[in-house]
Amino acid sequence: MSTMYSAKVMDHFANPRNVGELADANGVGEVGNAKCGDIMKMYLKIENNVIEDVKFKTFGCGAAIATSSIATEMIKGKTIDEALQLTNKAVVEALDGLPPVKLHCSVLAEQAVKSALSDYYTRQGVDPTPIIGCMSDDCHACSCEGQHE
Amino acid sequence: MSEKIIYVDNAATTPTHGKVLEAMLPYFCENYGNPSSVYSLGRDNRQAVDHARGQVAKALNCLPQEVYFTAGGSESDNWAIKGTAHKLAAKGKKHLITTAIEHHAVLHSMAALEREGFEVTYLPVDENGLVSAASVEAAIRPDTALVSIMYANNEIGTIEPIAEIGAICRKKGVWFHTDAVQAVGAVPIDVQAQNIDMLSLSAHKLNGPKGIGAFYCRRGVLPTTLIDGGAQESGRRAGTENVPAIVGLGKAIELATSDIASKAAKLSAMRDYVIERIMKNVPEVKLNGHPTKRLPGNVNFSFKACEGESLLLFLDMKGICASSGSACTSGSLDPSHVLLAIGLPHEVAHGSLRISFGVQNTMEEAAQLCDILENVVEEVRRRSPLWHKNNNEINK
Repeated sequence: MSTMYSAKVMDHFANPRNVGELADANGVGEVGNAKCGDIMKMYLKIENNVIEDVKFKTFGCGAAIATSSIATEMIKGKTIDEALQLTNKAVVEALDGLPPVKLHCSVLAEQAVKSALSDYYTRQGVDPTPIIGCMSDDCHACSCEGQHE
Repeated sequence: MSEKIIYVDNAATTPTHGKVLEAMLPYFCENYGNPSSVYSLGRDNRQAVDHARGQVAKALNCLPQEVYFTAGGSESDNWAIKGTAHKLAAKGKKHLITTAIEHHAVLHSMAALEREGFEVTYLPVDENGLVSAASVEAAIRPDTALVSIMYANNEIGTIEPIAEIGAICRKKGVWFHTDAVQAVGAVPIDVQAQNIDMLSLSAHKLNGPKGIGAFYCRRGVLPTTLIDGGAQESGRRAGTENVPAIVGLGKAIELATSDIASKAAKLSAMRDYVIERIMKNVPEVKLNGHPTKRLPGNVNFSFKACEGESLLLFLDMKGICASSGSACTSGSLDPSHVLLAIGLPHEVAHGSLRISFGVQNTMEEAAQLCDILENVVEEVRRRSPLWHKNNNEINK
C-alpha cells in the first residue's frame, strides 16, 4: 500500500504506542482545537523528576496520531529536563519525515508534552512560565492558525 | 493487508466500463484520422464523433447540435458561467446567482468573475442541502445574467429542485445552467421538460474515460467561447477532437442512461442497507444530506469524535477506498464548504465519511464495508479525547 506517509508514520498510526488515559497522572496537557481538526491530550506520571508513565489520546489525522505516539515513546523514562528538550524537528526526524502540510502536527506533539509538564509544575506549586515558556491555549504555533480566521 | 479492494468512491471517479474501452480502442491506432480532414480516414472519424453527439443528445433529450464536447465538467462549468457573464455584460447584466454548495469549478469561476467586477449571490441551503426555488426567484433581478445550480451535490448527494428552478428562470427570462456531473446516469434528466438552458457533464463519473465531458447549450443561448482556434464544435470550442474519448463518452452515457431505473434500484439498495445498518450499530452518527432526495449511490456520515483522515487511512489499510470532507483530506485547513453550509460545526464536519457506490459494487461489498467500518470507528474513537467527553455528556 502506498500512502502519503512514511512507513514509520503508518506504523505509529496503525499501532500507536501508549494510547489511553492515566488515572493517577500528575501532569495533563491538552493542545489544539476541534475547529482545526486536531486535539492532543497527554497524561504524565512523574516521580522523582522522571516520566514514569505516559499516555495520550488524539483526535486528528494520521500524522497527529503518529506524532503523539512517537512523542510518548521519546519521553517515557526520561527526566523532565530531557523531555523539555523534545522539539518538533526531532519528532519529524524520528518519523522519517512528514508531508509539509502535516508539519504542524509535530508542533502540536511538542506542545502537548510541554503543556502536560506545565500542568505538572503548576500542581507542584511552581510557576511553569520561566521553565517552559508561555503556553497558549490553542494552536498558535500551529502554522494553520494564522490562515484560519 | 486485504488482497481485494472495495472501491466505494464512485463520486470521485469510476472505473471505465469494458464495453466503453472496447468502443474506444479502434480510434487510437487504426482510425486515427483527424475528423476535419477530407479523406475517408478522417470522415469516418467525423461520423464517430457525430454518433457520440447523438448518444449524448438522446440521454439529455436535446438536439445533437446542442451538444459540445469539452475536456470535462470543469471546462463546461467555466464555459457556462464565464461565457454567459461576458456575453450578457454588454447588455448591462452583471449579476449571477448560485449556491453555497457548488463544486469548486463553479465557485471559483464565480470568484474569478467577482474579481472582474461582477456581482454574485450565493444562496444558502437548508440542513439537508436543499436550495429553495422560492429563494432563487427572490434573488433574480433585472440585471441577473445567470442562475447556476448543481443538479445533485457531489458530497452529500442531495438532489436539487431543478425543474422548479428551471421553470422560474424560463419565466423570468434568465439563463439557467446546471452542473449535472453527479446526476447524469444516476437520475433521469430531460433538459426540455426541466427548462435547462445549459448543462455540464463528465464521462469519468459514469464509467467513461477521464478528460472528456460535454456541454449542453440550448439553441439561442450563446455564451462567449472559452477556447478559440479552429472551427471544431461548430466554431464554438476549438481543438482537434479527442476522438477515442468522445466515442467513449458516447458509449458510457448510452450504457448509463439506458436503464436508469434498475441501476438506481441496485445502488439505492446498497445505500439504504449501509445507512440503516450503520445508524443502528454505531452510536453518535449523523447522516448528512437529504433523507430521500438523494443520489442513489451516495452515503455521507459524520461520526462524532472521529477525524476523517484517520477513518480513511484505516479503511485504506483494509482495502476500502472512500473519501472525507475533513480539512486534512481537502488540502486546505477548513473542512468541506458543503458540510459547513448545511450547518455542521467544524468538529463534526472533520469527522465526515463519504461512501459512493457504483454499478460495479455488490451487496456483499456493502456488507463487508459495514463490518470493517464499525470496527474502524470504534478504534478511531478509542484514541479520541473527544469521545470520552461525549460519553460523559450522554451518560449524565
